[in-house]
Parts: sequence; structure tokens; C-alpha cells
Amino acid sequence: MTEAESPRTPDGRPFRDQPRWRRDFPIDVAEDAYVARRDFAKYVVLVSGAFATGQVSMLLRSALARRAPAPPRLRIASVVDVPVGGAIAFRYPADGDPCLLIRRREGEFLAYGSECTHLMCAVLPEVAKGRLRCPCHQGYFDLSTGRPIAGPPRRALPTVTLDVRDGEIYATGVRLESQ
Amino acid sequence: MKDPTPRGRPLATGEKGVIVYGILSVLLVLLVVQLWLLTATTNAWLGGDDSVVLPAAVASLVCLGLNVGLLFHIFRLE
Repeated sequence: MTEAESPRTPDGRPFRDQPRWRRDFPIDVAEDAYVARRDFAKYVVLVSGAFATGQVSMLLRSALARRAPAPPRLRIASVVDVPVGGAIAFRYPADGDPCLLIRRREGEFLAYGSECTHLMCAVLPEVAKGRLRCPCHQGYFDLSTGRPIAGPPRRALPTVTLDVRDGEIYATGVRLESQ
Repeated sequence: MKDPTPRGRPLATGEKGVIVYGILSVLLVLLVVQLWLLTATTNAWLGGDDSVVLPAAVASLVCLGLNVGLLFHIFRLE
């Protein structure tokens, strides 16, 4: 093998000065780096495809959610079942959606999804302090609006719209922050 | 297929390596843009704002298209 044909070496010294093992198994560093970077580029594009798939799946789920029927009207409790300053738990619109019905004052009812928007811990009502507290990471939500006021949560709790009629309280829908 | 070298001279491995490094830089920038799009869109979507989902999906697909095009360019160097 002539000097011109010999592969480039990691330390830049001539091929003939390389250790025996390297002369027995010569590796062209530039060629090796080229192949490695080319393969890395393939994986980058693969990850790019995964990100695009995630975006498209969100788009499809959003389109499907728009076609879904409106949540049913559901009786939660009677007015007398909820003491002033107290709360009761219920599930709406599905069994996997825990919610809280809170009676802040006489005649004022509020209902929110009770899963913290940070990591889905159950939030606890602190009616006297006008807030809901997530004990896992000390997240706080405003009792009047469900919006986050302190701690890690960045999104508001889902608001359950209510209809109080003839002494009965009904859930009529779920509203997210931007709607 | 169009020859990537203007005078038909085959590229040396070192030259191809430089081109791959350049393309890889652009790929990584586009990937970071896609990651940002995905996290921002997910946050907005989970918060009930689905108005950004369509434009973000289109932008992400454009980034993917650019990435695939650049990858093909790398293979054309062979």
C-alpha cells in the first residue's frame, strides 16, 4: 500500500508509523465518520417522521372530537345534598372523568374536573380560601374560574356547566379554558 | 440522476463528510423546530385550543418533507 493510498489515521501520523494492530485492521477515519454521520441523519429523519405523525394524530383526534355528540344532561345531586362551603364528587361525562361539585355560597354552585392539569392528581377544594389545591406538587386553581394561580399547572381545570332546576343540579356539558 | 458535482468529478470522502455535516446541521435545526411545534401544540390542544392543530401539522409535515429531501440529497452523494 503506497502512502497516497493509505487511509487517514486518527492521530495524523503516517500509516507506516501506526501500531501494528491498526496496520492489520486499517480504518479510514474520514470514511468512518462519513458513514456514521450519514446513518445518524437517517435516524434524525426517522424521529422527524415520528414528530410529524404525532402532529397528524392530534389533528385527526381533534377532528373526531368535533364530530362526537354533545355530553348528556346528567343529574348530579339535589341542592340539599350539598352543604354551603362543601363539595361532592361525581363523574361526568364518562365514568373515567372525576369532577367536583362545589357550593360556594347559598345558590352558587361550581363544578370542575378534579384531575390536576399538571400530572392528574386529584385536586381538593379549599372553599374558604377561594381555591382548589393539588397536594402532589402544590398547584392551586382559582375557585371562581378554575384557572391556575400558583404551582406547576399551566392549564385551567375543565369547567362543568350546570343547570339548577327545581332543587336538582344537572351537569349539561364540559367547557375547556379557550372555549 | 443529476450529478451533484458540476464538472463530474467524484467527491472525495472528506468533501462528502463536510456536506453531510452541513446537511445534518439543517436537519437538526428542523428537528428542533418540529419538537417545539409538537410540545406547544400539545399544550394548547390539551387546554382546549385546537385552532393551532392544523397549521402546526402542516408546518411539521413541511419540515418532514425538507428533511426527507435533504436525506435523499445525502444518498445522491454516493
